[in-house]
Amino acid sequence: MTLQVEVAHRLGAAFSLDARFAGSGGLTALFGRSGSGKTTLIDVIAGLIRPDRGRVLLDGRPLVDTERRIFVPAHRRRVGYVFQEGRLFPHFTVRQNLLYGRWFAPRQDRYVKLGDVVDLLGIGHLLDRRPHGLSGGEKQRVAIGRALLASPRLLLMDEPLAALDEARKAEILPYLERLRDETKVPIVYVSHSIAEVTRLATSMVLMSEGRVVATGSVADIMGRLDLHPVTGRFEAGSVLETRVVGHDRAFGLTVLRAASGDLRVPYADLPIGSRVRARVRARDVIVAVRRPEGLSALNVLPGRLSEIGAHDGPIADLRLDLGGDVLLARVTRRTIHDLDLVPGKEVYAVIKSVAFDRHSLGQAVSSESRRP
Amino acid sequence: MFDLSPDEAMAIRLSLRVAFWAVAASLPFGVLVAFILARGRFWGKPVLDGLVHLPLILPPVVTGYLLLVLFGRQGPLGRFLDETFGIVFAFRWTGAALACAIMGFPLMVRAIRLSIETVDRRLEHAAGTLGANPAWVFATVTLPLILPGIVVGIILSFARSMGEFGATITFVSNIPGQTRTLPSAIYTLTQVPGGDAGAFRLTAISVAVSMAALVLSEVVSRLIARRLGTP
Repeated sequence: MTLQVEVAHRLGAAFSLDARFAGSGGLTALFGRSGSGKTTLIDVIAGLIRPDRGRVLLDGRPLVDTERRIFVPAHRRRVGYVFQEGRLFPHFTVRQNLLYGRWFAPRQDRYVKLGDVVDLLGIGHLLDRRPHGLSGGEKQRVAIGRALLASPRLLLMDEPLAALDEARKAEILPYLERLRDETKVPIVYVSHSIAEVTRLATSMVLMSEGRVVATGSVADIMGRLDLHPVTGRFEAGSVLETRVVGHDRAFGLTVLRAASGDLRVPYADLPIGSRVRARVRARDVIVAVRRPEGLSALNVLPGRLSEIGAHDGPIADLRLDLGGDVLLARVTRRTIHDLDLVPGKEVYAVIKSVAFDRHSLGQAVSSESRRP
Repeated sequence: MFDLSPDEAMAIRLSLRVAFWAVAASLPFGVLVAFILARGRFWGKPVLDGLVHLPLILPPVVTGYLLLVLFGRQGPLGRFLDETFGIVFAFRWTGAALACAIMGFPLMVRAIRLSIETVDRRLEHAAGTLGANPAWVFATVTLPLILPGIVVGIILSFARSMGEFGATITFVSNIPGQTRTLPSAIYTLTQVPGGDAGAFRLTAISVAVSMAALVLSEVVSRLIARRLGTP
């Protein structure tokens, strides 16, 4: 799958969208704050908005091309859409909701089976109920299943977790990971949550005020100090690609191996060998210039200071190069002065194990296991 | 007491037939016009809106007279329909049905229009992204969701038709078995000596039919509401 988007659209006097990006398989996250134009952009891809100018190509075929006067209506695009609020049909049962789109898909293009979707999303016990009795999380799973059963060529998801509480989010995230890994549907996923994007995204598109600011892998974008004003200062942090190498059951810990060394994190119920993406917030990282001893923190990784971010206030972000991994650390300007931190200096990064919670660990898909 | 005379029974049967056809024939137009008024954005919308509501505020006699002028045998529309399709309204039960349909039309359109305006259009967009073209979206999403409004519209229009008097008698007169509907029959009975008992019987039936229509509409609305999951 290749998706090519280059569109310009004006909404009212205040907001204009002018965005271009390309996606190729996996889960592409559109990340940005509320009002950055993410939803407008996927509405254009879905055919719910006709852009003023530009084009959207899916596998080379135009869905819209204003220059060539092409506009494929939404119902002929076979682009699935999971809305923030579910939008289940209240007059149908769950089963009827699920099968709605399947009915319109051409027979030879139906590659999704009801049984598979029901198993994938764990909604077998809901089939004969009506949407109004379902919990938010159940509704959202049914909405995902409904979009899938239309056998879409591309699946758009607009903050499918935003309306849910933490427990419901935790309930759905594993299903989204399975969706990404076990189906071959490419996904464009809109979110303003770093935790979700870190956990789910194969690649990400960073948006701000209707423009695409950066595209690339999650680790690359999160590791860039200059993007913090856009990605959000408070949540700033880097992403490490790791693999589970062992469990320390006696102390309830799991050992993750990153390129730069081992990380001990609270126990995660994952088999040895699974790939895990770990997000480390900059404010959870301590920097030392000598290997510290007698410390409660279990993770000490050696590295080199590669960049000091803008620091006009009391705080600055440091970019540490840990032999292949990038780690961000947030320190005071006073620290930079006292420890005489300059780019190139050998340092140690200290991370408390308890800084990792289940929201900062996600099972990452290995790119080589993905089928085209 | 409820031994109806043949004339009275005939008036009731005629009224039911007239009301049924008035509703059945005007329903598709009612849904269409309600849609245009609820969703359309065009220059002449207030004019159309006014035209639809006119029978509600005009004296029924005026509506009846206008129908007579337009659809009478010598009227422009009446002659055209007679010559082209062989449809005659003047002094036939079909004319009574037309008068009832026109009189009930604003009530029907208002009820349906209100329900269309409450439909969440995002559900229609969702259906579109699932592959349903606009006609299917209408049939499978919009129509089921506006069903309560349609039922209310049908019942209001039916009840109005059962009670229509002024426009009918002006347009198609008061011919037994042809255009003497329930209200006309009651009116006729009150004009003759000894007609009180018959008038009372028909009045009781008229009340019963209207009440039944109201109760039915309530029951149906509840059933649909339960199906949709709204309390």
